[in-house]
Amino acid sequence: MEKQVYETLGETLFYEKMENGLDVYILPKKGFHKTYATFTTNYGSVDNQFVPLGKTEMKRVPDGIAHFLEHKLFEKEDGDVFQQFSKQGASANAFTTFTRTAYLFSSTDNVEKNLETLIDFVQTPYFSDKTVEKEKGIIGQEIRMYDDNPDWRVYFGAIESMYHNHPVKIDIAGTVESIAKITKELLYECYETFYHPSNMLLFVVGPVDEQKMMQQIRDNQAKKSFPPAPEVKRFAYEEPSAVAEKKKIIPMHVQTNKCFVGIKAPSVPNTGGQKLRHELAFHVLLDYLFGKSSPHYERLYREGLIDDTFMYDYTEEREFGFALVGGDTRDAERLASEIQTVLLSLDVDAIKKEEIERVKKKKIGAFLRALNSPEYIANQFTRYAFYGASLFDILPVLSALTIDEIADVASACFRDSQLAVCEVVPKES
Amino acid sequence: MVDEKVTAVGPVRVHTIPTDKYKTNTIVWKMKAPLAKETVTMRALLPHVLQSGTADYPSVKALRTHLDELYGATLQVDLSKKGEQHVVTIRIDVANEQFLPERPALFDKALQLLADLLLRPALDGGRFVPEIVEQEKRALRQRIQAVYDDKMRYANMRLVQEMCKGEPYALSPNGELEDVDAITAEGLYRYYEQALADDELDLYVIGDVEEEKVLAAVTNRFALPTRSPSAQAPLAPTKARGEVNEVIERQDVKQGKLNMGYRTDVTYEDDDYYALQLFNGIFGGFSHSKLFINVREKASLAYYAASRLESHKGLLMVMSGIEPAHYEKARRIIDEQMQAMKNGDFTDEEMVQTKAVIRNQLLETLDTPRGLVEVLYHNVVSTRQRSIEEWLTGTDQVTREDVVRVAGKVALDTVYFLTGMEGGADDGKTGV
Repeated sequence: MEKQVYETLGETLFYEKMENGLDVYILPKKGFHKTYATFTTNYGSVDNQFVPLGKTEMKRVPDGIAHFLEHKLFEKEDGDVFQQFSKQGASANAFTTFTRTAYLFSSTDNVEKNLETLIDFVQTPYFSDKTVEKEKGIIGQEIRMYDDNPDWRVYFGAIESMYHNHPVKIDIAGTVESIAKITKELLYECYETFYHPSNMLLFVVGPVDEQKMMQQIRDNQAKKSFPPAPEVKRFAYEEPSAVAEKKKIIPMHVQTNKCFVGIKAPSVPNTGGQKLRHELAFHVLLDYLFGKSSPHYERLYREGLIDDTFMYDYTEEREFGFALVGGDTRDAERLASEIQTVLLSLDVDAIKKEEIERVKKKKIGAFLRALNSPEYIANQFTRYAFYGASLFDILPVLSALTIDEIADVASACFRDSQLAVCEVVPKES
Repeated sequence: MVDEKVTAVGPVRVHTIPTDKYKTNTIVWKMKAPLAKETVTMRALLPHVLQSGTADYPSVKALRTHLDELYGATLQVDLSKKGEQHVVTIRIDVANEQFLPERPALFDKALQLLADLLLRPALDGGRFVPEIVEQEKRALRQRIQAVYDDKMRYANMRLVQEMCKGEPYALSPNGELEDVDAITAEGLYRYYEQALADDELDLYVIGDVEEEKVLAAVTNRFALPTRSPSAQAPLAPTKARGEVNEVIERQDVKQGKLNMGYRTDVTYEDDDYYALQLFNGIFGGFSHSKLFINVREKASLAYYAASRLESHKGLLMVMSGIEPAHYEKARRIIDEQMQAMKNGDFTDEEMVQTKAVIRNQLLETLDTPRGLVEVLYHNVVSTRQRSIEEWLTGTDQVTREDVVRVAGKVALDTVYFLTGMEGGADDGKTGV
């Protein structure tokens, strides 16, 4: 077991790679009541075309299958794993993102038992025709719920506008039509390909004894056998660097207009350290331009074009990166054009150093705050680890970030070809 | 389990909770007054105006720049209802300077900022700055209207409006759209003075702090006139009206929202409160509960089907998202689960399981500064004082008879169904 001490943060992290390839991290947290554990596979909604384990040909699977699999893994021959967790006083959950599927529990008691349950249920699939059919009704309602949610529609609509081919443009849950094609055989095929321990990471944070816990995990894994698995071959989608559609308008029965401007990164770095720098530079840049202390925020707010729902965020995963800026507005057209003007008229040579330093200070405080949250630590650590970076490098990288790196991001991304707009507007009846 | 020290400084009750769990220090200000139509909208506007500028930092930009300089201290305000009390909350969370190489005096400055926000706001003569007030009125209108576009929140709000018609509880903590226009910078300032003079005031400080120093800092910075404490009346739950009120509303939606409201006749004040918690846990509070298992897992009708309590008002609310055509079926299954609770048709295992989950939930809540304050604030809202230890043992001691007794008090009051423009629940009479 390796030990890494982060002195300035007052944190110590323990790590071990199991013989079957599973990466295990434990972060003891004194003073907390709860232990939070995530068991995550490097597999998400964008992995819809790949070479299944033991096969040689690429295969396209139905949209939404990673999320469907996440739901179905909770059901076993003898009932539902939620029951098991709650008998042990834990609350369990799971989520699927573009590139990850995570299973988790939190509990203040019976941590050893709950950890055993988590590892075992994820490593013991049970899919039947009957339960697969039943799930279609439940997920169908989940999809309907999002269909009626204008915040989701405008968010996803903007992503859809940016991409030509890349499956990031497809809703994580799929559609009612696509999930209708899911069968138990397909679920097993995806499971076997992506749930191999060598494609997964277990993270535990809480008031735990790292020695005992690591031993428990070793013993658990030693009891199971997995076939050797080569690295998964995923289909490499050809994606033009420019956006696919400049503007999308979605009429809905809403009272308030919603608008997002999407900024598509033409390319993203492919090594962990560089990705982390790139991502942080993008975050600092957006904060510099649109944070509540920026002149643009003040002006747009004064003009009534934005309100408390205004947000901006940058998402970078594997081979894609995009930012979204926007929110509720009284005039979607004008807000879209104002945001685009801010982006396109930015003079990178005029970026102010002392303001960048202030944004960096703000980010440092936000990072310390985030470390109060076991959920943030486990989920974000896993995300960074899957692309070869470390969550705990954020502070040093942030401090060392230069104006040039920030200016480079703006020069590459703030171009007309990289911008797309999505609006939700009231439907005319 | 929680080391809370409470000391009055003038009219402010100061709650200090020293802990080294966190990387930040948290300051939470709460002020509460009875919920009333005459004041609800001004009160909803007030904290938003206060957070838009102080005498020293007279604009949002100046104030937010100052917060950035304090290593991104966060400042948030919100409005909530605790029974028929309207609570204004202002939170500041700031990095613990011990984790920063230059050890800036962040906590002191954050506390000073809160005091300035409350006692030295940006003014224009004897009133708030009219431009700020107008901007925040516009934002408030948008906030009130935004509920309409979020159907889950909208359905919850509509159920409460229908169910509690004529009671103050029907008011939304964000105020009433029709009352926004009439608010002036002068009128709001007068209301602000009145609120500071009459509201119950509580200040929570959680983090790497000592009570003595906190009290000294509060004494220096929060100069408020002392007054005699007003006696708090215990809350009286409203009884169900006897016959069930059914409301069906149509909009252009794909998913129907079925929300049901029950009167429980039990609030945080009562001995039966723990039993009510357990009742809710077995019935619909969790993913092992009857509603989740029967509406979602067995019948495959919904993605979410759950219940929750309004502890200080004695209400139980059920919510679910279903296919419009499945209204009758979902209603029937929910009614059956309620009947099962009343018949005592639940296992000892469900009792044990639910107690474990409630215990876990409570302990987890204590791990976040925000959750901790919300748990402790129950003791301010209610005349009933409960320590965390009492919560835990109280929950543990609930018997099956207690749960059945409480179930006997739970009465359906209002059913609200938001459905599509056609088909499904033709005024609640056609079944599928």
